Amino acid sequence: MVENVATTDIVKTADGIPLKISLAKAQRRSKIRGMMLVLPLFAFILLTFFVPIFDMLLRSVENHLVPDVLEHTTRELVNWDDRSGELPPEEVFAAAKLDFEKGHSERTILRVGRRLNYEVPGFASLFRKTARRAKNFESPYKEAFIERDKRWGEIDTWRLIKREAGAFTMSYYFSALDLEYSPEGNVNFKDKDSRIYLKLFWRTLSLSALITLLCLTLAYPIAYLLSTLPLRISNLLMILVLLPFWTSLLVRTTSWIALLQQEGVINDLLVGLGLITDDGRLAMIHNAMGTVVAMTHILLPFMVLPLYSVMKTIPPSYMRAAKNLGATPTVAFIRVYFPNTVSGIGAGSILVFIISIGYYITPALVGGTDGTLISNFIAYHMSSSLNWGLAASLGVLLLILVLMLYYLYDRVVGIDNMKFS
Amino acid sequence: MKKIRQKTLALGSAIMLGIMGVANAQEVDLVIVSWGGAYTASQQKAYHEPFMAMNPNVNIINDDSSAEAVSKIRAMSEAKNVTWGLVDAIASQAIQLCEEGLAEPIDHDAVLAPAPDGTPASKDFGDLIVSECFIPNIVYSTTFGYRTDLVKEPPTSINDVFNLEKIPGKRALEKKPIVNLEWALIADGVNPDDVYDVLDTEEGVDRAFAKLDTIKDEVVWWEKGAQTPQLLADGEVVMGSTYNGRLFSVIEEEKQPIAMMWDWQVFDLDGWIVPVGGPHRDLVMEYLNFATDTQRLADQAKYISYGPARKSSAPLVGKHATLGIDMAPHMPTAPANAKNTLLYNYEWWADNQDDLTERFNAWLAQ
Repeated sequence: MVENVATTDIVKTADGIPLKISLAKAQRRSKIRGMMLVLPLFAFILLTFFVPIFDMLLRSVENHLVPDVLEHTTRELVNWDDRSGELPPEEVFAAAKLDFEKGHSERTILRVGRRLNYEVPGFASLFRKTARRAKNFESPYKEAFIERDKRWGEIDTWRLIKREAGAFTMSYYFSALDLEYSPEGNVNFKDKDSRIYLKLFWRTLSLSALITLLCLTLAYPIAYLLSTLPLRISNLLMILVLLPFWTSLLVRTTSWIALLQQEGVINDLLVGLGLITDDGRLAMIHNAMGTVVAMTHILLPFMVLPLYSVMKTIPPSYMRAAKNLGATPTVAFIRVYFPNTVSGIGAGSILVFIISIGYYITPALVGGTDGTLISNFIAYHMSSSLNWGLAASLGVLLLILVLMLYYLYDRVVGIDNMKFS
Repeated sequence: MKKIRQKTLALGSAIMLGIMGVANAQEVDLVIVSWGGAYTASQQKAYHEPFMAMNPNVNIINDDSSAEAVSKIRAMSEAKNVTWGLVDAIASQAIQLCEEGLAEPIDHDAVLAPAPDGTPASKDFGDLIVSECFIPNIVYSTTFGYRTDLVKEPPTSINDVFNLEKIPGKRALEKKPIVNLEWALIADGVNPDDVYDVLDTEEGVDRAFAKLDTIKDEVVWWEKGAQTPQLLADGEVVMGSTYNGRLFSVIEEEKQPIAMMWDWQVFDLDGWIVPVGGPHRDLVMEYLNFATDTQRLADQAKYISYGPARKSSAPLVGKHATLGIDMAPHMPTAPANAKNTLLYNYEWWADNQDDLTERFNAWLAQ
């Protein structure tokens, strides 16, 4: 009897399968169908976003070149104690002769020279000089190497090779943080004269913050005006905001050069008005100021639009109610209007800040020497110095920095409070 | 039914193959990479157009990527898809590409045409073949131009670049240590033959930076060769360094009030390299043989004021193609211009470039 009740209680579909299972099956099917729809996007993001980032992470530590080309040498060096104060034994030199000969015929040995030259200047020419003759070296090889170049008789040369013998290296990160190895293998800060990247990271952050602040101060009243004017007029003004947004970045940047340069429109005007003398023309471009002015202008729409979309949703009755209850316009603004726009401020600020942290073209054109940002140096190491490892590690550090700021922002403001549109 | 389908399939593929075959015989696209602007235009006129006239099936496509040649060839080689047939590069790039195994070594006498008098190519180019992968085209120099109307007395030597009393005003220098450190030391009284020995010491580098310090506030740093002519034309600087061909065009073609100051011009070389694994190798070699012969190198000088790299081309340099002026006196190699010249030390810079660029950038940021 009890059993009977239990079986009749389970609702079944027409073909006798319990409804629960049938429902789950149907839901799973539609879930899979839904997943199929996002699959192309997922594959796209994987290919164009995660794979390159993973590749960058790998490149910033990857060091296969040295152990691959100096295969025998690095294997022999394992047995040599770099603190013994003595040169490596003859076997290491014999192995090096083998590697140099092979590397010369395969045209790979000088890549290693260039690689190690990042660590200590002079390795490129040391390898070049040695590779040409290694074929003719005769035993004892130690003497043959040292005769070719006396640097082979220095312990520091071998210490460096031993240090960089692994398939992975931290040396790019050390360079990116203005650190260097001493010959003994300790990590210290570089000479004051050669420190550059920490300063650049700091400059990138502070200029980005300044640009964000300027954008906010300029965009807030504009967005307010746009959201309160009658639609006919505000649409017209909106076009004025969007028109520069649709204009080529290069055109806008070069127009700023024409405006701000020493023989440019603004300086001419100031001289014409007698406010400055002809010799005292202001330097407003090819420096940090140029970067700040041009980037503020370029990024302004990214601030105006989120602010506008938030302000548009604030009913005018709020302010009227506040005033009705006795608040002065200032108090009403601070206590009622402003708190309602915080989500727009947050969205606009994080948008502008993160875009400007990675900005490249505008600082390259108008930044001069003190207005260039870290991305300009990443580009330099990608295309000119060809130190891709260093470029990758600078990129990774920048990524970590952005993620940290994003995390902080989430803790303080909350990502869910952001409103983009 | 099945048979018919097979037959049509076979016929179809035969037609397809036929079309592709004909297309191949008709059209070969050869990608040649160079610097763009007036320089590519001079190569188009002097090399590409006559070569295409001789080989109607060849279509030369210009790609203006030489500034990033090394990084792009390295990337293409890593992806195992080299699409460039021939690349125009400066000597230091060619040396690096050769050392990294990314450019092909060339047997100069087997590939290139001898001089009209029978001198083998390797002798005709002489010591300008600075790498076994490199076929030099032109000698160019980095030198100074100044505004004739904005200076009280014209600069006559490299010392005047560092002399703010004699020539007040901004000067444009390239935003890298190469060349600037050498000039600073020469202006500081170092014997030009000893420049690299001095730079090899810590004190020597300090000395060069100290000399640059004296004019640092008055320097506008340029990154692209076109910037200095523009800065000079705008009156933003009173003098500045750039490539001599750029100054020629702003002086002679645009008639700006600018003049040359050749003292201690720094010679550099530009020429061809063949990327390893590039397409149409035989055609590339045929092109190289044609485009680097004595007459072709002399022809290029009709369009731009860079000196041909072959000794045998020098007597054939004629007049400018449109301006009609004699080009020989505008060559950096002309005796009147080449009283004091420096060929910078490629090997030394290959060793020290990374280190000194870092120091230079730190110095700029101070």
